[in-house]
Amino acid sequence: MELTHDWFVGAAKSFGLFYLMGLFILITIYAYWPSLGGRFDKAAKSILDDEDGPVQRENKEDTPCQ
Amino acid sequence: MMSNLTGAERTKAMIITGFGAMVGLLMAIVGHDDPMGAHGWITLLFFGVLFFVVGNAFYDPEPTEDRAALYYDDPTKVGIILALLWAVVGMSMGVWVASQLAWPDLRFDAAWSSFGRLRPVHTSGVIFGFGGNALIATSYHIMQRTSRARMPDQISPWFVLLGFNLFCILAASGYIMGITQSKEYAEPEWYADLWLVVVWVVYFILYMRTLARRNEPHIYVANWYYLSFILVVAILHIVNNLALPASLTGAKSYSLFSGVQDAMTQWWYGHNAVAFFLTTGFLGMLYYFLPKRAERPIYSYRLSILSFWGIVFFYIWVGSHHLHYTALPYWVQTLGMTFSIMLLVPSWASAGNALMTLNGAWHKVRDDATLRFMMVAAVFYGLSTFEGSFMAIRPVNGLSHYTDWTIGHVHSGAMGWVAMITFGSIYALVPVLWRRETMYSWKAVEWHFWLALTGTVIYVFAMWNSGIIQGLMWRTYNEAGTLRYSFVDSLVAMHPYYIARAFGGLLFLTGACICLWNVVMTIRRVPLLAPALDYPTSSEAMEPAVPAAE
Repeated sequence: MELTHDWFVGAAKSFGLFYLMGLFILITIYAYWPSLGGRFDKAAKSILDDEDGPVQRENKEDTPCQ
Repeated sequence: MMSNLTGAERTKAMIITGFGAMVGLLMAIVGHDDPMGAHGWITLLFFGVLFFVVGNAFYDPEPTEDRAALYYDDPTKVGIILALLWAVVGMSMGVWVASQLAWPDLRFDAAWSSFGRLRPVHTSGVIFGFGGNALIATSYHIMQRTSRARMPDQISPWFVLLGFNLFCILAASGYIMGITQSKEYAEPEWYADLWLVVVWVVYFILYMRTLARRNEPHIYVANWYYLSFILVVAILHIVNNLALPASLTGAKSYSLFSGVQDAMTQWWYGHNAVAFFLTTGFLGMLYYFLPKRAERPIYSYRLSILSFWGIVFFYIWVGSHHLHYTALPYWVQTLGMTFSIMLLVPSWASAGNALMTLNGAWHKVRDDATLRFMMVAAVFYGLSTFEGSFMAIRPVNGLSHYTDWTIGHVHSGAMGWVAMITFGSIYALVPVLWRRETMYSWKAVEWHFWLALTGTVIYVFAMWNSGIIQGLMWRTYNEAGTLRYSFVDSLVAMHPYYIARAFGGLLFLTGACICLWNVVMTIRRVPLLAPALDYPTSSEAMEPAVPAAE
């Protein structure tokens, strides 16, 4: 297949248009998916206090004495 | 700082720096009759100094603290200082070249100090030296905090930061010697370009490894912006710099592209350098530091996601608006113009999102110059993106292109948006990083803010006036149908604006010098913050091991 000027214009006007619209729809659905709202709110607030160091996965000192 | 490295890391650092020094020596030997030889000596010196810095701490005791409980902030601290040093160097060069345009004798008749050589020292100094170091440093800070995880190792962050600075030094020193491949914002020659690829790949891997260790389910949006910056800059840099060296022992190379393809590739790179170096990374900064400083979450997190994808998708197509009325096919010019106009939507969404976040915190904006820096940055971001979309329209571009209007537009973005958000972020970050009570002098921050704002406004208004007058003079015809003004006539008309521009730049530079002084004094003189909570601290911090309340 030869990559001519007409081919590029045709691709931009057909596939390019639907590619752009498809991406827009997918991203909008993701951004406004109702069940993700809580996760987004949590992420937005998470940066307000984050100087307490990395999360400690195994914090043995805090386990109560048996 | 080097004593925070473990024994194994010190060994690794010495191997890397030793190897780098040998490569420098090799370059110096094989390129001895070429400017590349001088770059070999610079590389040797750079790695040699680092080799001895690490070697000096080689037999120090191993670090004792539990590293998993701490963020690794040493490279961030060095990056902030380097960014400010580059700011002073890059902006000084800017004031010098601006003054040369007003008073050409300031060249002092030397080859190295000609406008064509100093101007890229200014542009690379501020974009890569100041902007790049600030981006790397803040990205280290943000990726760890938002992931609630420490960086995976202690060598790669140093490799990226210092390796990037070697690239900046090779770039700036090369321009002075006349080494350039004549591509705007991509002037460094092949060996410096190859080195940057290595550094950048390590940077990308470091970022991904840190995100992979994250303890948060969602990746905060600032990281998306930083990642797009790292990933796309890598692609742009590699493609635009594809070249064949004339010989392996010399600096000269030839681009793989020619003619209009070369022009298109260059401006695809050039405008996306504006997009992904000077916009998305700094939006990452904005989305982290502005909500944090205002102590309010971002107005709409969902909008930040939409504008992210809008910006990255639209920006990549707009480069051809730099080539209106050229041999580039008409439809490609129109494509660039159309996407430039569409780009206004996600750009204003970001600027609006930032300003809406400040609703309810305007009293803080009034009182706190740090937050005011960020607010003004968002305003200038909105202004310059509007201006950019407008200037991309073909008939408008017919008036504005090749005139000072373009220079004014770039500086309203670079000074008003990029530098302002960086200074705001630095003032927010320094007391946190060094655990100080406050900045050394809040008055100095106020002075810096007003100097920077005044300087930017003077600069931009001077260039708007100058550019539009230039554009109009170049297209004014007399009754006979020939040009009314000669080029020199337009040059004479520019003179007062060139003086005003140099003055505006001088004010901005003064502000940056005050910032550097204030940061250094904060580190040296301001007492350590008494911790309100028992935050984990490094063994160097000399803070009480027990909570302050006890």
